[in-house]
Amino acid sequence: MSLSAATRIARREIRGGLRGFTVFLACLILGVATIAAIGSVRSAIQTGLTSEGATLLGGDAEMSFTYRRATDAELAWMDKNTDATSEIIDFRSMVVVPREDGTERALAQVKAVDDAYPLVGAVEITPHISWTDALAGSDTLPGAVLHGLLADRLSLEVGDTFQLGTQEFILTARLDREPDTAGGFNFAPRAFVRTVDLAGSGLLSAGTLFTSHYRLDLPPSPDLAALEADARAKFESTGLRWRDSRNGAPGITRFVERFGAFLILVGLAGLAVGGVGISTAIRAYLSRKTETIATLRSLGADRSTIFLSYFLQIGFVSLVGISLGLALGALLPILLGPLIESVLPFPANFSLYPIPLIEAALYGALAAAIFTLWPLARVENVRPSALFRDQLGESRNLPAARYIFAVGLLIALLLGLASWLSGSARLTLWFAAGVVIAMVALTFAATGLRALLRRLATRLRSRPELRWAVQSLGRAGDATTPVVLSLGLGLSVLATVGQVDGNLRNAIARDLPDVAPSFFFVDIQRDQMPALQSDWDATPTIHNVETAPMLRGVVTRINDQPAKEVAGDHWVIRGDRGVTYVGQMPEDTKLTAGTWWDPDHTGDPQISFAEEEALEMGLKLGDSLTINILGRDITGSVTSFREVDFSSAGMGFVIVLNEAALSGAPHSFIATVYAEADSEATLLKDVSEQYPNVTAIHVRDAAEQVSSLVAQLANATTYGASTILLTGLLVIFGAAAAGQAARTYEAAILKTLGATRAQVLRSFAWRAALLGAAAGTVALAVGLTGGWAVMTFVMESDFYVIWPNALLILSAGILANLLAGMVFALPSLANRPAQILRARD
Amino acid sequence: MSSILSLQDATLALDSNAGRIEILHGISLDVQAGEALALVGPSGSGKSSLLMLMGGLERATSGTITALDHDLSAMDEDALARFRRENMGVVFQNFHLIPTMTALENVATPLELSGRKDALERAKAELEAVGLGHRADHYPSQMSGGEQQRVALARACAPSPRLLLADEPTGNLDQSTGETIMDLLFDLHAKRDTTLVLVTHSNALAKRCERVVRLRDGRIETPLASVEASA
Repeated sequence: MSLSAATRIARREIRGGLRGFTVFLACLILGVATIAAIGSVRSAIQTGLTSEGATLLGGDAEMSFTYRRATDAELAWMDKNTDATSEIIDFRSMVVVPREDGTERALAQVKAVDDAYPLVGAVEITPHISWTDALAGSDTLPGAVLHGLLADRLSLEVGDTFQLGTQEFILTARLDREPDTAGGFNFAPRAFVRTVDLAGSGLLSAGTLFTSHYRLDLPPSPDLAALEADARAKFESTGLRWRDSRNGAPGITRFVERFGAFLILVGLAGLAVGGVGISTAIRAYLSRKTETIATLRSLGADRSTIFLSYFLQIGFVSLVGISLGLALGALLPILLGPLIESVLPFPANFSLYPIPLIEAALYGALAAAIFTLWPLARVENVRPSALFRDQLGESRNLPAARYIFAVGLLIALLLGLASWLSGSARLTLWFAAGVVIAMVALTFAATGLRALLRRLATRLRSRPELRWAVQSLGRAGDATTPVVLSLGLGLSVLATVGQVDGNLRNAIARDLPDVAPSFFFVDIQRDQMPALQSDWDATPTIHNVETAPMLRGVVTRINDQPAKEVAGDHWVIRGDRGVTYVGQMPEDTKLTAGTWWDPDHTGDPQISFAEEEALEMGLKLGDSLTINILGRDITGSVTSFREVDFSSAGMGFVIVLNEAALSGAPHSFIATVYAEADSEATLLKDVSEQYPNVTAIHVRDAAEQVSSLVAQLANATTYGASTILLTGLLVIFGAAAAGQAARTYEAAILKTLGATRAQVLRSFAWRAALLGAAAGTVALAVGLTGGWAVMTFVMESDFYVIWPNALLILSAGILANLLAGMVFALPSLANRPAQILRARD
Repeated sequence: MSSILSLQDATLALDSNAGRIEILHGISLDVQAGEALALVGPSGSGKSSLLMLMGGLERATSGTITALDHDLSAMDEDALARFRRENMGVVFQNFHLIPTMTALENVATPLELSGRKDALERAKAELEAVGLGHRADHYPSQMSGGEQQRVALARACAPSPRLLLADEPTGNLDQSTGETIMDLLFDLHAKRDTTLVLVTHSNALAKRCERVVRLRDGRIETPLASVEASA
């Protein structure tokens, strides 16, 4: 091998420009730019979250408790360690607006604050009055600030009044932006009041579902880790949750990390589609170079010199593509930063981030190497005798074993890198498996289609235009395989996203309300329960009511070991969970193991645990659990497992204790009421008027909120997947451009033989449409299979074909390829046959 | 004269869609150092295939081919390539210049592949020897067919090969240009004492060689010292 000779040959070959590499470059630029842009946006958000950590959190650190306010010991600890503290009580309640023509109600997420709030940042409100004045209200009524959505829903203007519980408030301002949004997703729009003004509302009595947050303003340069360790050591067993500005919004950070990783995988799928174009472009380039390669061989160039020479050329073009892709991917988020920031619910700091660019460059280089090495390795198969015989086409022999091994190694490297960078090997491997299965299915489909068309061609004697199209598609070496593969893969991802999104939204918004209750009523006081129950029993439009005592607790220890050490990061132990107590086993309870307790059992607490979650956490019958409820540890034994169905949104408790274990603790009740749809308004009115402290959650509204969240995620995924389709389009346009000379020649011959331009055009249109339909059909099959698999095995729900999406995918396939075909077919028809045939001679 | 190239019972068969085709049958032939040998015969008789075997561009199905005491049939593809660049020059009917390289670079390529530091200087001298010193920076597409073949000739002769193989070098040229090229070819052969094997359809050209070998249906028909070649 001669490196200097190879370099000289490469330089001479490439200096004429990058003609012939357009599709190669476009695919690589788009793939790398997509990944770099997604990574840059993710970094911008992560930096924003970190730099704004204290603002998002509302302080340097936060201590939270469920169902209770801090104890004296906890307050004393805060006093000792902080410069200032602010208390926030967060709960759901009904905003009630009595009017002459009927009372209006809406659910609100109430944030009751003290005078110190906000410790960090500022609340933005309209009109621009001071925050203190806004909450102080008028001479006669305390003030409240409502989110615009809530005010609009209730047609409230500044100066109007409304009730929370039994307390009347005056609306002093609309909320534009609250600084401390680290809490994440809320089911209801925000309402701000002062905690002191709720004293007479009846809303914060014993057993009410609320959380208290204590925002801590710490002395300069605090040792957050040491403070956290001290607080946890003292108070974690009583249900303390700690967060601090090192990771002010862990939920959002985790979401951004995971969703960003998922979108980068989508970008990688785009690179795989682009790889088809890259591979096709390199094959075409090397096919054109066969004569040169054979000549070099006849002049004495050995195989490795030839390989190295073309490797250097393609490496150089890859470098150009990756560099342009990185530039585009880095600049776009910066240019569009203000626009992106305006739609994001959290801060982002758009700038140049090297890490995502390095990540995108590595992916781009690996993808380029994987997709070029195979065709590149075939240059070794070109023999000098090709100059004498008619062998100047593409070699179809397999490359040497060392190249196949190298391609395998590069794929493993890419998967390893993606697993490491995405933080989830499982997600990466599932995703890769999906892409590989889709590619294999599409390759088989293309091969099958060609075979089918070859057989069909003989039967189309009376339809010459269709027969020419069918014959052309059936021919080996035509664009059938790359087009079906690239267009099909892009459409496959879009079809899968569309089917999963449609099914999920249907399951939530359409199917769920059919089986779910009309309302959840929470914060029902023990003494209100009998009257409510008898009212509901007497109402004919209510066909089912389920009630249960409602407490919240944190599982802190399992078999006297810290729960996290036994069950890892399982969701049941991640925060506080709803806990209830029952005496007699309910009729519809299905025990799967163990025995139910005696209804009068007064001994050590006994626990019935949801079977699926118990299995996931590794619990066995007889295990002991310590649950912290209202600051008090309750330790009991698991004596039974139950089936719990969460899919119907009915009442489902993972943890149930025997009655005597909890009935003495202060608590409220929760009720699920199944009523006729047209009686829901009356039901809500009756409960709200008689029991202003009771909060109603309308399941249909909540379902719509979740549905809209799913839609937003699906939209973001669709944007990512659209780049795959765009890459697919580049590939098919490239394939159409590469075939233009052949089509022009074909058109000239057909016209010479007497075909009209319309006939030739129809034949070309048939060809493009058939190919697009084939790609669309296979993509649809992949999308339906993927959608079915996700809904059946991941969501454990029914699957229905979302027909609008299915038809869209099919027609997109036909239209996209028809467009590409026609753009290049029309110029082919413009020339006179003599011109073309003479040039060919 | 000693033998520079020797074929013993060489056969060539190739696979095609129509099945296996026997192209050359039991060819035995010695080429003496410094001689000019013409291979003649009708189209499809196997002339070019025999030339390819001699140049190691094609591998014999059976038999032995020895060039400069090296057994070509025992060498792998890369060893053959290295052997060619040191010892052989090949001229094609279709010129086969590399379109992305200038005339000078085309001529320099085999020298560069041999690692010659003075590749460009030597190439320039070779171009001048064929009368194209002024066209060194031109690309093949900017030159006439005759000029392209002169560049190809310069390229073949640049490494001073012991053996020059020419496959119908005037086949794509008009008569006058063809004659110029042949004069140049025979001149180089004479001046550099190179052994020349020439495939041709032309009686006149064959007559200029010291020996003519006629092939028909892949076999040597008349291994005579001199024959009346027929097209």
